[in-house]
Amino acid sequence: MTEDSIRYKVAVVGAAETTNIGKVEGMSNLMLAADAAMNAIRDCGIDKNKIDGVFSASLGGVSMVQICHYLGITPKIVDGTAVGGTSFLLHVRHAAAALAMGYCDYALVLMGESGYTRGDNIGLPGGRGGGGGAAANSIGAQFEAPYGTFGPTTSFGMGILRYMKETGLTPEQLASVPVAQSKWVNGNPRALRPDEVTVEDVMASRMICYPLHLLECCVVTDGGGAIVLTRADRVSEFPTKPVYILGTGESVETPLVSQMEDFTSSKAFRVASTKAFDEAQVSRSDIDHMMVYDAFAHLPIYALEDTGMVGRGEAGAFIAEGNTSPGGKLPLNTNGGGLCYTHSGMYGMYLMQESLRQLRGEAYNQVPDVKVSFCQGVGGMFAAAGSLIWTNEPPTG
Amino acid sequence: MTQQQQQPRPKAVPYPNAETQVYWDKANEDELWIQRCIDCGNKPYFYPRFFCPTCLGTNVEWFKTSGKGKLHTYMINHRPAPGFEAESPYAIAIVELDEGVRMMTNIRGIENTPENLVLDMPLEVTFEEIAPGRKVPYWKPVGK
Repeated sequence: MTEDSIRYKVAVVGAAETTNIGKVEGMSNLMLAADAAMNAIRDCGIDKNKIDGVFSASLGGVSMVQICHYLGITPKIVDGTAVGGTSFLLHVRHAAAALAMGYCDYALVLMGESGYTRGDNIGLPGGRGGGGGAAANSIGAQFEAPYGTFGPTTSFGMGILRYMKETGLTPEQLASVPVAQSKWVNGNPRALRPDEVTVEDVMASRMICYPLHLLECCVVTDGGGAIVLTRADRVSEFPTKPVYILGTGESVETPLVSQMEDFTSSKAFRVASTKAFDEAQVSRSDIDHMMVYDAFAHLPIYALEDTGMVGRGEAGAFIAEGNTSPGGKLPLNTNGGGLCYTHSGMYGMYLMQESLRQLRGEAYNQVPDVKVSFCQGVGGMFAAAGSLIWTNEPPTG
Repeated sequence: MTQQQQQPRPKAVPYPNAETQVYWDKANEDELWIQRCIDCGNKPYFYPRFFCPTCLGTNVEWFKTSGKGKLHTYMINHRPAPGFEAESPYAIAIVELDEGVRMMTNIRGIENTPENLVLDMPLEVTFEEIAPGRKVPYWKPVGK
């Protein structure tokens, strides 16, 4: 048994329903949730911008990212557990754990549901009953899709040209990202792109969405992964080398790439990694292995800077000069990454698997003496971020 | 391939929701309207919401923008979305309005090449009807 319990650790200080209830014309699920949240915020008088934990179920297909961005909240934890009508009781429990652990200081659990009026279907063909054009009135469908976005290749790299203008990053430095990672993949038969490539190869590969060439875009594969965790006092039950979590972080920014606060930096990366390093009580120089979610070649560049591993505008040269390649001072994406190894769509699992292999001494291209590894993940197109710092060194004392 | 699959596919058409009706109604009149928060010093915001995302105040109002802006950043897509086959490769761009907000757009009035599309070049809004009764705002170099 854990010595800690949740008893008397967490309290409710504000609560409210929507202003109107019963039959409410002209409001979507999200509008009703926001109205209820405003009333609960008014009930306890909290400054909205202090709220740093947001918990809600999928309100008819509305993502946690959209809920947070809609309300202008930058959270340090989100939970979108959706298991039906009781979800919000689970959210209170998950919020209690998060508050007790310091993942957030002020948690908001919210819901809204236009169950009778079906306000989410306003304006759609098919009318109130819906079904005429699923989510054709979402903000993405209104403000991005009409301009010919067609999956991540057409949007994720939207900030690259802006980043180049502001920092001086060159196309050759961008191309050096897959080059460096191809040196790690080094013929691994599990990799979809097992061969080493040069900057010339990358620049000569087909243009997919300027400025991104084919080899600057991830592979598309099938696969999966799984992880088993227990409390540190139980690791002796297992034959494997334990990997201990030192620090974690998360955040979300925007469901629309067009609404990024700064096209040259991810706010979610900054918030999540700061929290992880604060928790872990390690410095950037303690990191001897790093994994970054690399759906496209600019991701490691943004991540290295936004997590404070290098200074602003330095990441392109840092990679091009070999610092992240085999023998370099910061081994990065040592499985070859999404660009070379594998990427089935949700790559975050694979980057953790390589980090764990390195910490357990089982990697295809094993880095000597890895003790602390840092994982930086992205969700959506800079919509969300997760950070993990873990170690193979057992606790002292 | 069947005959049906060879027919040109339509572009994605936006459908207004409860919070965006004014935006699309004004677009149909060749005007670009956004919202600002009266309680927050008239700070403009985008996309439309019934409250201010900075202060959660509901004392907000719609206003007509100048229709002027700058090219903030872009990509040029070589794998067209449905309905974009004839104009591929085409720029998917971000315009920063003089009012401060940013939105996605396509660039009209100029061939969409890296040489032509220079960051921070001045742009102005223009409108096209992409489906019956549905005009969409686009941006073009000033005077084109």
